[in-house]
Amino acid sequence: MSDAPMTEAVEAGDTFAGAVVDYSADKQAFHVPWGKAMMWIFLLSDTFIFSTFLIGYMTVRMSVQDPWPLTSEVFALSMGGEPIPLLLIAIMTFILITSSGTMAMAVNMGYRKEKEKTFWLMVATAVLGASFVGMQMFEWTKLIVDEGVRPWYNPMGAAQFGSAFFMITGFHGLHVTGGVIYLLVVAFRVKNGFYERRGNNYEIVEIAGLYWHFVDLVWVFIFAFFYLW
Amino acid sequence: MAFVAFADRDHEQEHHDPQTFLTKYVWSQDHKVIAIQYGGIAILVGLIALGLSILMRLQLGFPNSFAVINPESYYQFVTMHGMIMVVYLLTALFLGGFGNYLIPLMCGSRDMVFPFLNMLSVWFYFLSVIILLASFFVPGGTTGAGWTLYPPQSISAGTPGAGMGIILMLVSLAVFIVAATMGGLNYVTTVLQARCKGMTLMRMPLSIWGIFMATVLALLAFPALLVSAIMMILDTTIKTSFFMPAMISAGEQLSYNDGSPILFQHLFWFFGHPEVYIVALPAFGLVSDVLATHARKNIFGYRMMVWAILAIGGLSFIVWAHHMYVSGMNPYFGFFFATTTLIIAVPTALKVYNWVLTLWQGNIHLRVPMLFAIAFIFTFIHGGLTGIFLGNVVIDLPLSDTYFVVAHFHMVMGVSPVLVVFASLYHWFPLMSGKMYNETLGKWHFWLTFLGAYSVYLPMHYLGFQGVPRRYFSMGNTDFLPESAQMLNASITVSAIILAAAQSLFFINIFMSLWKGKKAEKNCWGATSLEWLTPDQPPKHGNWGHDLPVVHRWAYDYSVPGQEQDYTPQTVPASEVPVGREHGVSTGFSFETDQEK
Repeated sequence: MSDAPMTEAVEAGDTFAGAVVDYSADKQAFHVPWGKAMMWIFLLSDTFIFSTFLIGYMTVRMSVQDPWPLTSEVFALSMGGEPIPLLLIAIMTFILITSSGTMAMAVNMGYRKEKEKTFWLMVATAVLGASFVGMQMFEWTKLIVDEGVRPWYNPMGAAQFGSAFFMITGFHGLHVTGGVIYLLVVAFRVKNGFYERRGNNYEIVEIAGLYWHFVDLVWVFIFAFFYLW
Repeated sequence: MAFVAFADRDHEQEHHDPQTFLTKYVWSQDHKVIAIQYGGIAILVGLIALGLSILMRLQLGFPNSFAVINPESYYQFVTMHGMIMVVYLLTALFLGGFGNYLIPLMCGSRDMVFPFLNMLSVWFYFLSVIILLASFFVPGGTTGAGWTLYPPQSISAGTPGAGMGIILMLVSLAVFIVAATMGGLNYVTTVLQARCKGMTLMRMPLSIWGIFMATVLALLAFPALLVSAIMMILDTTIKTSFFMPAMISAGEQLSYNDGSPILFQHLFWFFGHPEVYIVALPAFGLVSDVLATHARKNIFGYRMMVWAILAIGGLSFIVWAHHMYVSGMNPYFGFFFATTTLIIAVPTALKVYNWVLTLWQGNIHLRVPMLFAIAFIFTFIHGGLTGIFLGNVVIDLPLSDTYFVVAHFHMVMGVSPVLVVFASLYHWFPLMSGKMYNETLGKWHFWLTFLGAYSVYLPMHYLGFQGVPRRYFSMGNTDFLPESAQMLNASITVSAIILAAAQSLFFINIFMSLWKGKKAEKNCWGATSLEWLTPDQPPKHGNWGHDLPVVHRWAYDYSVPGQEQDYTPQTVPASEVPVGREHGVSTGFSFETDQEK
């Protein structure tokens, strides 16, 4: 049974007509489970949230009169007496991208129905995510306690530096934290056979993976626009 | 990878019927119950907003005659009236109410794809309404910043509700956005992924197209409001300066510095303009179905109607700054935004022509839903034409912030959608309740509402031309305003009170019909679309009995030539009755499924 009706235009080799007929066919527009479609649509909406945050940040950065602190100096760690710019951020970024790798492997193992491996790879992803949040806490503490930066005040220049930093990284950190919880719930359900009883279907691992990769991708943009600019 | 569609897995899935009273009517996951919950809450909160508008009108018509209305409370009435009507009534009623009720029924599915999330959506909506109403009872009262909530004024001392009121307003909006997102994901995914066999996209009733596109707009526009609400909450509570410039208030330098107030305006209207179409597009869709059904004629230019909905939705994201011509933004922007704004008139006018052409040579039955639907065409043309004036920068500048603007947006996104709400409520009431409403009472309700709305909003255009400013508590000794302006204002107030009182006819009609109305016949309008073809009326949990319906034609096969019956339901195979669309109406591609070949 084919979902896509064949029309004369398609038979004549009109590829555009073919695409239109495919997407407007009956039953479904995309040949994916509804959960996956819903996650993509949610991520599109979430993209607009983070874009608005970043555009808002760039706008206030242009409107401020006070100098914007040099991120390479603010976010430097001392190693052996020498300040190394963005060291912690580099490590955090590396960890988050690594977690995307373990997540991709978990998705693969999920489709191979290898429950044990899927479970441990998802737990590894969650642990990497949690350590990312831990380092973010360290960074916040350093900024608040050592440097005296507050959301409403910044001894190094424009107050909006602190406002935007805490708001954007905070909102992203909440996304990571939510993701860690989501991954752990799914991981334990994989392990205890919850999905086995529901048709041995592990597409939820991929759906969770979509969310996780999205959170990573957002971090790359925050890294580029906030730390590197 | 071969993937089996949702509709084809129908019999593999377990369907639990709700057992207890609580799971059936309170914490229900059934889309029809959720729809009625959404609609009920929205209409109740809308009545509060109606009451607030009467209080405003009393002050404007008969200045300073009522002790309860002082300048502060007047601004609070204005703000809450606007916010409730736009967000908590119309958005919730069209998407949460009609969207929830009609999407699964019209698409031929048993429920939304994710019923639990759908239930959460309505309870989050309820929570947002509670937070909103709570702001009436906090010290300082609700915010009085106007529904646009522009900073710095909205969070500065001196504005009513600048303390707790504005915070509760913003929190309530954030909760509403969470609710709308949870519902919206369901609506969009259900339309895309859970249609029944034979229901292609180009066979969907226009109601579904309108609600679908409006939900897409909601998912993409609400983020801007959410982010600006978060930023303003931070500005208010912990004194960040996203939107707040350096200010001196009551002789003291505030701690704010260097924020950008115009950033808020851009973010707000990036949400605010699509919001207009979040309200308008479902109305366009629903009214198309009501018109076609009661004119016994297929909708004129179905394909163009669909493309117009999509085009309007797309364009609505690039016109937002036409709300900001006087904000001090770069004048070159005005040129761009005026152009895009006027381009929207093209697909919109196309829809109006198609509605009129649907009526042309139709077999028109002037029942109550049809009266409201035709009235919508009048008020929408009226409000649309004044929009062309206001879309042009040079005409907008003198008319900005006058009653002309008030008249325009009430005509186009107040009266018009509300007329469609009534048309749809009367049209689908027999389906939702199984009872028939009282036709005579309904006609009284219609004429009082239609004429009442015109006698309220038509004079406002003249007030606007005379330069009467909007949002003023009283006009004081203004030389340029003739005395007749005040007389006109008094007449508007009297009309508004009659108009508001006339709405009680609607509620009397609904409740009396529920109580002892006569039983509605099945498919009492002779409609073609799936929602009228359920085994039970009103439809039971799961909608379709044992098997899902199978669709063989579009939703507008009315008066197919050579047929005795003047409607052919979507489930009738082409072998029994030829598909009317393929005779007469040009469709481009043909979208038949392989079963029918």
